[in-house]
Amino acid sequence: MHDDLIDPVPDIDPEPLTQLSPSYRTMMRVQGVLATLPLLVAGGVLALAGDIPAWVPGIAVLLVALVLIAYLPMKRWRHRGYHMAADRLRVVRGVMFHSDSVVPFNRVQHLDVEQGPLERAFGIARLILHTAGTHGSSVVLPGLDHAVAVDMREEIRAHVRREML
Amino acid sequence: MTEGADPIVIDEWRRVSPLSIAATSARDLVKGLLPAAFVLFGAARSENFAAAWIVFPVLLAILGLQLGVAWLQWSRQRYRIGANDVRLEQGVLSRSARSVPYDRIQDVSLEQKLLPRLLGLVEVRFETGAGGKEELRLAYVPEAEGERLREVVRSLVEHAEEPVATMDGEMAEEARPTPAESGSTLFAMGPRRLFIYGLFSFSLVIFAVILGAAQQFDFLFDFWGWADDFVEDERYRGAAEALAGYSLAAQVAAALYAVLTVIVVGMASGVAQVFVRDWGFLLERTAKGFRRRRGLLTKTDVVMPVHRVQALVVSTGWLRRRFGWHGLSFISLAQDSGKSDHEVAPFAKMLEIAPIAVEAGFALPDQDVRWWRPAPAYYFVRGLAVTLFVFVLLQIAVIVAAAEGARIWPLLLLIVPVAAWQAVRRWYLWRVERHALDATQVLSKRGWLSPRLQIASRVKLHSAAITQGPLGRWLGYCDLKLGLAGGTMAFHGLRRQDAYALRAEVLKSIVAADLGSLPR
Repeated sequence: MHDDLIDPVPDIDPEPLTQLSPSYRTMMRVQGVLATLPLLVAGGVLALAGDIPAWVPGIAVLLVALVLIAYLPMKRWRHRGYHMAADRLRVVRGVMFHSDSVVPFNRVQHLDVEQGPLERAFGIARLILHTAGTHGSSVVLPGLDHAVAVDMREEIRAHVRREML
Repeated sequence: MTEGADPIVIDEWRRVSPLSIAATSARDLVKGLLPAAFVLFGAARSENFAAAWIVFPVLLAILGLQLGVAWLQWSRQRYRIGANDVRLEQGVLSRSARSVPYDRIQDVSLEQKLLPRLLGLVEVRFETGAGGKEELRLAYVPEAEGERLREVVRSLVEHAEEPVATMDGEMAEEARPTPAESGSTLFAMGPRRLFIYGLFSFSLVIFAVILGAAQQFDFLFDFWGWADDFVEDERYRGAAEALAGYSLAAQVAAALYAVLTVIVVGMASGVAQVFVRDWGFLLERTAKGFRRRRGLLTKTDVVMPVHRVQALVVSTGWLRRRFGWHGLSFISLAQDSGKSDHEVAPFAKMLEIAPIAVEAGFALPDQDVRWWRPAPAYYFVRGLAVTLFVFVLLQIAVIVAAAEGARIWPLLLLIVPVAAWQAVRRWYLWRVERHALDATQVLSKRGWLSPRLQIASRVKLHSAAITQGPLGRWLGYCDLKLGLAGGTMAFHGLRRQDAYALRAEVLKSIVAADLGSLPR
């Protein structure tokens, strides 16, 4: 098990990142299983067809399953994190393509907490921060425990200051 | 139903009217059931008649399913007028909960389409004014409730504003350092300027127009028929023979003549285009903001409030740049046309552009600005990528030719000029592309032959993201994207430490200036 905190850019942004819910990793594994199912069927058909030795599709499906179910969820989960400061939210993600976004609370227009069916089964949610603007105007933070997501929303909403003329 | 009468209680979860089940089903049925009915009836009629009886049960089932889904959606949807925000929760399988704080709500509008109107229902929309789209909609509530919702939320929104009322007064006075007298001209273009502008706006659009017209009016003169004849009857051969018969000097003269014609026509059409679009171009500074009028046939008159200007773009063309001509446009939250880019001085000298920038609250960079350069590795990688791509293409061509029996391997040598070209180009880009940060703005200069200078106000940015691909991680460069109302400002290939430093600085000024203290 890892520490609660990870630190991908020690030299530049020293603030420690909070890791996402472990259920999120489990959910990504389930997604991996779901993605493998069609492959399993295809592999089975190929094996039964008998044109090629049965172990060839077997190995291939096994490899894909290992990557999708064991390797990627772990890697992804480990590379994701967030930091909730007093006035801003920082969201870090990406194994190959790394992205690191910051949204100051006082620029938030409105907030969403969303749950897909799988996410509901695992009790996790996505927190979405919308800012004004046309492109890339929302930042999504997936894999939070539902209660945490709701608490964060309340906290951010409280920061949305009185404004407008 | 009594929902028309019960008062709106703060923090109480409510549902939209049950009648919306009927309204939304009816709306979706029109979209889904009618086509289905046509298909089914069509199928029943084309095959043996015995199958026709199944059509009605199927349609009924679709209807029932539709109603069931609508009911489910209705029962899983609720909203709340809270003390600080409007909430909407919905979704049967997926759940979504949206919160729109009162501080961000600009307007509450009611809309009635035909069917809801017949049922006495109304759609309530809460708008936050970000790009003009509504952020939360309640479909549908009874008319009376809609009215009350609007009143309650409006009063809550006003209430939320009160604490800043005094501060606003101060801000307003501060924020207007140059109370320009209304209607002072900032920039105008006379016919002479327009003519020069037109010469630089070389355009071959006229040829497309002529072709289009030929197609439109082919009942008057049979252009395509003539073109067909020209090819089919080999009349072009006659033309070519005539040309071949000329002496070399005559051929050169003919070619020159053709090129000259294209240039003259292109320039003439550029001039015509500019005259039609920009005739009487006038930019004024009025009490309400910038006012731009232009146009010969369709006159446009646009007013842009000064505080709505998010960023400036100074652009130019490869040729006009040699003569010192540049164009200035504003990036602002679009409210007049669909475009977020507003030309305010399309063809001007820098001396004319500077005062306009100052009027908008920006300053063009001077000698003191400290420019930062992107990482050289970024340019190296881009140049290498293009070169490799071309090389692969050449390889494929050679291999395919070899398979056909032709030997064209010297084609591979083409890679030398391509590589040299890429080297020069990337090196030059690395020399000229740069960015800077001063006390109030972020600046970025990109491009080779026609460089583009973008200036954004630091406090008007909304977010900052740093992204890095695998190569960037290996070689230590990344992209920085700053969120801007009406666009983004992206810096590609920054050194990592520069990007983080830049972001930290920008965030400092964003956090310091609350949206509320900015005039909107």
